[in-house]
Amino acid sequence: MKVAVCAQDNHIDARVDPRFGRCPYFIVVDLDSGNWEGVQNTGTQSSGGAGVQTAQLLVNRGVNVVLVDRIGPNAIEVLGRAGIQVYGGIHGTVSQSLESYRQGKLTILSRANSPSHGGMGRG
Amino acid sequence: MREVVVLSGKGGTGKTTVSGSLAVLASNKVMADCDVDAANLHLLLDPVLKSSSPFYGLKKATINHEKCLGCNLCIHLCRFDAIGPGFVVDPVLCEGCAVCYHACPCGAVEMIEHVAGYLFLSETRYGPLVHARLGIAEDNSGKLVAAVRKEARRLAEEEKKELIITDGPPGIGCPAISCLSGADLVLIITEPTFSGRHDLERVLELAKHFGCRAAVCINKWDLEPENSRALESLCNRYSVPLVGHLPYDESVMEAVKSGRPVIQECSGPMEEGILALWDKLKALLELR
Amino acid sequence: MIIAVASGKGGTGKTTVASSLALVAAEKGEVWFLDCDVEEPNGHIMLKPHWHRKETVRVPVPEINREKCTLCGRCAEVCAFHALVVLPQEVMLFPTMCHSCGGCWHLCPAGAISPGWREIGRVEEGSSGKIGFVHGRLNVGEAISPPLIQAVKKRIRPGVLNIVDAPPGTSCPVIRAVEGADFCLLVTEPTPFGLHDLKLAYEMATQLGVPCGVAVNRSDGNDDPVRQFCHTNNVPLLFQLLQDREVARGYARGIPAVEVRPEWKEHFSALLAFLEKEGYARCAK
Repeated sequence: MKVAVCAQDNHIDARVDPRFGRCPYFIVVDLDSGNWEGVQNTGTQSSGGAGVQTAQLLVNRGVNVVLVDRIGPNAIEVLGRAGIQVYGGIHGTVSQSLESYRQGKLTILSRANSPSHGGMGRG
Repeated sequence: MREVVVLSGKGGTGKTTVSGSLAVLASNKVMADCDVDAANLHLLLDPVLKSSSPFYGLKKATINHEKCLGCNLCIHLCRFDAIGPGFVVDPVLCEGCAVCYHACPCGAVEMIEHVAGYLFLSETRYGPLVHARLGIAEDNSGKLVAAVRKEARRLAEEEKKELIITDGPPGIGCPAISCLSGADLVLIITEPTFSGRHDLERVLELAKHFGCRAAVCINKWDLEPENSRALESLCNRYSVPLVGHLPYDESVMEAVKSGRPVIQECSGPMEEGILALWDKLKALLELR
Repeated sequence: MIIAVASGKGGTGKTTVASSLALVAAEKGEVWFLDCDVEEPNGHIMLKPHWHRKETVRVPVPEINREKCTLCGRCAEVCAFHALVVLPQEVMLFPTMCHSCGGCWHLCPAGAISPGWREIGRVEEGSSGKIGFVHGRLNVGEAISPPLIQAVKKRIRPGVLNIVDAPPGTSCPVIRAVEGADFCLLVTEPTPFGLHDLKLAYEMATQLGVPCGVAVNRSDGNDDPVRQFCHTNNVPLLFQLLQDREVARGYARGIPAVEVRPEWKEHFSALLAFLEKEGYARCAK
């Protein structure tokens, strides 16, 4: 069971990042072994569609659960269709968020809680 | 921290005039000018530029003629007609899709970094201002708008500001959409003209589409009171509160001409109108 | 001949000027009005056309054949706009992010993607007296307007006067509207906002190689900064329309300026004569 948390830095005690698509790192924790690794989010450099690209990254990593503060509609749709559960409203540090998750204190998100940037058009 | 985004759909309804006055009235805030295509807020706030940074758009294609075998595949595939005779890429037409880069059989296409505009950070006597200038003929993708808002948010958090006032772009396309994400309130400035009503409906529809809380202010409401009533019923239909009525006042033009926020130059109904608008906004935003 | 009416700043009176010009020109010959401000089309409010034809405008987007798709991920990798995501069981498309570049359908190694079609807005055609009228209307929530602008401009009639009402700003959609014009009329107002945005619009027209001239709207008779700008850059200052509450009220009710103030027709006749004399009319395409 792999859980990914939006983080501002590449560390288990880093502060969580409120954004999904443009957060610089994900801390991916394997709950079975307790091991964690930091994954750099390549989506932050993308010109639009960051949320979608970030969701693709987590799908490719085989993540089962994502802990976020805010997430847009496109990204949550991708994660939902890939069978990844999304929990919202995290704050503080990555390890605090994981603890809240373990204690069942986080609520599952079925809808976006942040509007889309609407992609990027020629418009 | 709260963010109010000022939009209008139609240009010239008084978005910047209102934003400039709110900038004077609000304390402890950051201003952001998201009309990156024709930024005007800085003309009212007399800013001192503190820093500027380049803004990169999507990479654009260039063709290395030494490697090119002249097979024409790129010309055939480019849906934007950006590759001309002699395999020269027109940077205005190139959208950066990189189809030519992926398809070229001899690796002759390179994708090159491209500066599409600049992001500015300034200080004004009313507080910090984040603004930008998109290059001419550039893709107003909303990405520069997002960059302005991100910088404003960073500053507001760093300096513990309680409010961001964002002057939005006209229209309902990408740049306007980019202004909606995460905003606490969209303040729509409209006017009692047929085109104002037409465009108000489109912006209300946009806010509804993206699930944003909206409020409406009618500028020049007394120009055609009957049309103003039609705007009011439109707001009712969308269950959007009407938070301001500003009069038609030729002194607005004088204030803008002298490059000062209207609230500092006006008196009577105009001043009362702006103050009442600010009170209602404070209540909606739950500011002190 | 194609005349584009543009302004950096919105709300300077582009539509007021363009619709009045169309009405005056219609007294002399055939004229077409093409509203390219597809995000907020307003020309029809002034000219009140009778509609004859409506047509939806569609753009190509990928259609994925699930039988052939191997979920290899190549399409998502080449999509510069991140409109495609490849999941363990399916490929997802975000249509509003697609730029219709065709990368996915050309580069799919399994040949599983073909172009399908998606509506982004519509073009409506009609007439208002002797004026032929065309405009585009972008669907709410759509981000990409240039294909719709191009669909409007396809209706340009050769050999007659075509007036193109451009969107505000200087970015991509404006370029699409103004390119190919024989002359660009820049509408401004005598404020620092107007002047600032006039400079941008002038740069835009110059970059496109379209000759231009300036009209001042809502003038109070003291337009020195605009006059100076025109003088310095050797751009003709063609006419000034005065600040006028009655014209503003007329606009509010959808009445064109030259109907409220018939004496203003002179300005537009003089503009048409200027274009004729300077030879822009001869550039007719």
